[in-house]
Amino acid sequence: MESLVTFVEMGGYGRFVWPAFAVTALVLAGLLVQSLRTLKGREAQLSLLQGSLDRARRRPAGAGR
Amino acid sequence: MTRFANPNRFLRWSGRLLPWLAAATILLFGVGLYLALIASPPDYQQGESVRIMYVHVPAAWMALFCYVAMAGAAAVGLIWRHPLADIVAKASAPIGAAFTLLALVTGALWGKPMWGTWWVWDARLTSVLVLFFLYLGYIALNSAFDDPGRGARASAILALVGLVNVPIIKFSVDWWYTLHQPASVIRAGGPAIHPSMLWPLLLMAAAFTCYYLWVLAVRVRGEIVAHKIRALRLRQAYG
Amino acid sequence: MKRKHKRLTFVAVGLGLLGLAAALFVSAIGDSVAFFHSPSDLANQGDLGDRRIRVGGLVEEGSIERGHGTEVRFRVTDLARSVPVVYVGILPDLFREGQGVVAQGRLRGGVFVAEEVLARHDETYMPPEVAEALKQAGTWQHMGQHMEAAGAASMPADGYQ
Repeated sequence: MESLVTFVEMGGYGRFVWPAFAVTALVLAGLLVQSLRTLKGREAQLSLLQGSLDRARRRPAGAGR
Repeated sequence: MTRFANPNRFLRWSGRLLPWLAAATILLFGVGLYLALIASPPDYQQGESVRIMYVHVPAAWMALFCYVAMAGAAAVGLIWRHPLADIVAKASAPIGAAFTLLALVTGALWGKPMWGTWWVWDARLTSVLVLFFLYLGYIALNSAFDDPGRGARASAILALVGLVNVPIIKFSVDWWYTLHQPASVIRAGGPAIHPSMLWPLLLMAAAFTCYYLWVLAVRVRGEIVAHKIRALRLRQAYG
Repeated sequence: MKRKHKRLTFVAVGLGLLGLAAALFVSAIGDSVAFFHSPSDLANQGDLGDRRIRVGGLVEEGSIERGHGTEVRFRVTDLARSVPVVYVGILPDLFREGQGVVAQGRLRGGVFVAEEVLARHDETYMPPEVAEALKQAGTWQHMGQHMEAAGAASMPADGYQ
């Protein structure tokens, strides 16, 4: 328990060390999540678009008769 | 080289690479953070505050590396009109901007207790702030045109002009009196960091590099998919 | 094929000219980018009047004198010349004899009256035990450039925990 307190205090520099690591974690994780979500969203959009395009291509061929 | 640079081929091989990059990033950050926060010793002058180095220095290195990669890809796109090169340049910019921001913020958090100030306008700090604005300018210019090709060309020229800032950042601490200290690792006469602190630093740098490659691959895939959507929309409208 | 080569030449020549311009610019601005002046610069500059300037160097060994309150007097040296500094206020954690320092203020009658004192650290990093061992082995001067810069001056008196 005591060693945990000294670890968090960082020899009196805890209020500088921890924010530095926290802001790094926050920015890097945020950018990663944003990049992954953008990719997933676009992939879903693309497959939706491809599906509707395929259907549109099939329909006039079937409706011709 | 061009075999891997075809956008469809890129989707295929980067898809296989992604889980490995993710695993390497997480593993390296795990070991690196353990060494940086727990296993490495305090500094004889700076005490425990030296641990900020393990995020500040890799962020600053990657800010520069990312800029050189972005400008290089932009030049390839500009000269050879290679679509994937333009995409790599565009995808690198936000990652580089994030690294630069981190270098500035963690530097301020380190400067306050050690130097006695959050910020000074010395040559090193100012040139890194300029780097941050170059990234923002690149991102703005790249998306300022309706035609993505024109945006890529205009922003590529900005990226190449901004390349002169890179040696200025690197050598500012040698050319002028600055508050920032000279380089510790890449310097004549070998590193001035004790191995017990150099190894954690190099591991964290490897973690940052893997993170960059991972996010870059994800963003490039996102851009390729966006291009496909745009092409399909055009076909839908005019085809 | 031809247009590609044209563009390549254009970019290469452009980058070359840009590099040349940057090199000229960097050599032209020279010292005006300096964040601080050394005590030798100060001595060569003659009368500065009431201009606010920064002076930087090492805190001379054995020169720190504490006055009443937070007043402190010390000398900043570049090993050729030194200038006396007086400062009232909180000093940064790294302020030590033999360590780098940058003071901002005005020169008044040969004494530099500082409004702000910043510490400057060198590029050497090592654990305290290693610093201690090096000192005892007498090989301290070989570690890092800063000790060379300090002209093999004696060790920082309290440079370790």
